[in-house]
Amino acid sequence: MSQTIQPAPIRKSFTVRAGREKAWDVFTAGFGRWWPKTHYIGDSPLTDAGIEPRAGGRWYGIHADGVERPWGQVKVWDPPARLVLDWQISHEWGYTPDLHTDVEVIFTAVGEAETRIDFEHRGLEAFGDSEAAVKTRTSMDGGWGHILESFKAAVGG
Amino acid sequence: MANALAVSAPIFSALADPTRREVFERLARGPLAVGELAHGLPVSRPAVSQHLKVLKEAGLVTDRPDGTRRVYQIDPRGLGQIRAWLDQFWDEALEAFRAEVERDDPRDDEIGDDKMGEGKTS
Repeated sequence: MSQTIQPAPIRKSFTVRAGREKAWDVFTAGFGRWWPKTHYIGDSPLTDAGIEPRAGGRWYGIHADGVERPWGQVKVWDPPARLVLDWQISHEWGYTPDLHTDVEVIFTAVGEAETRIDFEHRGLEAFGDSEAAVKTRTSMDGGWGHILESFKAAVGG
Repeated sequence: MANALAVSAPIFSALADPTRREVFERLARGPLAVGELAHGLPVSRPAVSQHLKVLKEAGLVTDRPDGTRRVYQIDPRGLGQIRAWLDQFWDEALEAFRAEVERDDPRDDEIGDDKMGEGKTS
């Protein structure tokens, strides 16, 4: 097996009805207001989430038990234009120190009251090398079998 | 722990077709070229190519050139699955961001067309 798989980056582009400063502010300072609370690390529900406003800062979740859990680092802090976060969350939703993938968000003014958001989550091949991914694969009985099982369960077959 | 690896909608729809599932299951046993895959299947070679395209877009298989042929294989590291999960997660998260940023917009009477998902690549 000598193949290297390079998954395409996840890209999303859309426009929001807000000026660039406001869009940036809601994304960063208002992070805890919109980040889905359904996805979290550990057993205690997520109550808040934040991004520290500087390169080298942390982004993190705060839980009902009062514990703050890290999700990664702020790599680029360039308000109100460009934000890059180091996403260190495995697909099991656990903080993984040896996992590094980039989440980049670019804010571009479109007229006075609209902002174009260009989002990219790249470097996804790193998921194949992290400890958590290796562990998951080896426990998945060949990797793909359970997808078919889930599918069959979902369609009632 | 919430939301461990979930099987996302694109994967479900990609595997919903019985022939496509057969193609996928054959690839699960080892890499094959299109011609080899088509052999023994009750569908034409262009139809097999079409099924492979759907599987590839769902992140379930990858391809690579091998001389003049193109060889298909399942992604042995499960990255397609992880990608599909993240893709779905970000759709949800960014939609929530958009709703929040526009929540108290004074021009709410304007029609906001749903642009989420445009520019998406697979």
